Amino acid sequence: MNAVLVMIAQRLALGVLTLFVVSVVIFGATELLPGDLASALLGQTATPETLAALRTQLGLNDPAPVRYWAWLTGVMQGDFGTSLATRRPIADMLSARLGNTIFLALYAAAIAVPLSLILGVLAALWRNSLFDRVANAGALSAISFPEFFVAYILIFLLAQSGFFPSMVRISPAMGLGDKLYVTFLPALTLTLVVTAHMMRMTRAAIINLLASPYIEMARLKGVSPLRIVLRHALPNALAPIINVIAINLAYLITGVVVVEVVFVYPGLGQLMVDSVAKRDIAVVQAIALIFASAYVLLNLTADVLSTLTNPRLMRRK
Amino acid sequence: MAVLVFLAVAIAASIPLAYGFRMALMRAAPHHMAAPARDMPLTAAFGLLVILLYVIVAAFAPVLAPFPERAVVGVQFQPWDGTHLLGTDRLGRDMLSRLIYGARNTVGIAFATTALAFIVGSLLGIWAALRGGWLDQVLSRFVDALMAIPSLIFALLLLTIFGTSVTNLILVIAAVDATRVYRIARSVAQGVVVMDYIEAARLRGEGNWYLIRHEILPNALAPLVAEFGLRFCFVFLTISSLSFLGLGIQPPMADWGSMVRDNATLITFGNVTPLLPAGAIALLTVAVNFVVDWQLYRASGLKEQG
Repeated sequence: MNAVLVMIAQRLALGVLTLFVVSVVIFGATELLPGDLASALLGQTATPETLAALRTQLGLNDPAPVRYWAWLTGVMQGDFGTSLATRRPIADMLSARLGNTIFLALYAAAIAVPLSLILGVLAALWRNSLFDRVANAGALSAISFPEFFVAYILIFLLAQSGFFPSMVRISPAMGLGDKLYVTFLPALTLTLVVTAHMMRMTRAAIINLLASPYIEMARLKGVSPLRIVLRHALPNALAPIINVIAINLAYLITGVVVVEVVFVYPGLGQLMVDSVAKRDIAVVQAIALIFASAYVLLNLTADVLSTLTNPRLMRRK
Repeated sequence: MAVLVFLAVAIAASIPLAYGFRMALMRAAPHHMAAPARDMPLTAAFGLLVILLYVIVAAFAPVLAPFPERAVVGVQFQPWDGTHLLGTDRLGRDMLSRLIYGARNTVGIAFATTALAFIVGSLLGIWAALRGGWLDQVLSRFVDALMAIPSLIFALLLLTIFGTSVTNLILVIAAVDATRVYRIARSVAQGVVVMDYIEAARLRGEGNWYLIRHEILPNALAPLVAEFGLRFCFVFLTISSLSFLGLGIQPPMADWGSMVRDNATLITFGNVTPLLPAGAIALLTVAVNFVVDWQLYRASGLKEQG
């Protein structure tokens, strides 16, 4: 038990360090500009006075480490600064949208994870059958589709005939049922995009194990194929499967950007795209930090969970 | 249901096409190449055929396109007819012509980006593996830090800072992707640099640049080529997504991602035209994936058990 706590503490420390480095990279990226942010935003025609005014307003006169520290302590207290384009506090702009994006990602994950596990196990069970071949070719194709292609095909098939709305208007007053209904198409799009990869990896992880001697033993003593896969192979395949689920949940984070734009969904991704077009660097930094933190945390969780499922990794010296 | 029927017809038609192409390839290939061509699965033959078609379309775009790329030649959103085979777009430009020019622009830019990412990433990766020590540590930890941020998010951040233009797009995506290539190239090269022939060449007094070009690259090429295909798919999809978001290739240049965005309203009226450029993106990615899958299978020499 002690070893578990030490391992988790180590991983957490590593995660905090990674988050720190990520925040430095996200903040430091603006330092790459030739000149500075003020001259980049105002362009060639800026007069020295307006430049100086903007520099004071953005606090660009302080050295970079001082500005970074001010930014980081602000973020820690939930203060992301003010937007360059709308002059509103960024935290206010983010709060409602963050909830919407998390809702959409969780909704997609709740469909995609069980679905891909079941499909992966079935494909491993009936490997080289017609089902396996079709599932594999389908998965390989689905990986290759851009998200917006999948989204528009779904709109063409399901929204145009009036089954589901093609634009998501969501309000806090909505009941859960209504919310699930209007966000069904974006969630389905994300599901289709990530299921393929998870299914293929689940199948590969299980098939990899089916050649082991203990599986041969189970087969020889007459255990049914379904029981071999579920009881003997699946527990040992959990580590790679957990990893691939985490990678795909992390992929959902970037996937929501495109899908939110297609369905006009009021989430973080859409705000980010709008802010990139307006070159509102403060908002983009804030959202990038949120997405990157979620990504780091997911990978950390996967790392801890997959270590916990494998006793050999736990006893490692 | 019409879509399912269409899908079935498309698959049924592509099987004999792929079969015929494989036969032709077997005939045309020189003797030592004939065996891989014969053992090629139909999916890979289909992939090769599609890639070949795209390259031809991209190369001969001005000859094949019935109208110029940027000219307004009719009223907006014209339906399919004899003169405008696929109708016209939001501004009245010929859809088919823009689709053909898009092959040149979108695929060309994606290819240039991947090539740039590969040159930078693999040279740095091999160099780091060769030198080792502090250089390797600094470069690797730097790449680790960059890879902790999802690539699309990082690309969006950099595009905000530098502004959106084709040059910036290529540089930004290449920089983000070079980190992934660096990882692969470094790990492949690490297996090579411990070999005796590297030691021998070093004792002969060869410099690092010679070692990279003549000793390491030839031995690390096979996995890197397969990786090139996969990375091309990623880059191609990323650029298309960014263009679709309005942050990538800018109008009036014909590009598949932005064509989908511009004409998306048609879909809600039951018109499939905006799906065609998206389908063109998907088809090429599927084709490259099929070929890479075959190459990886061949390179690994593994047959699945069970």
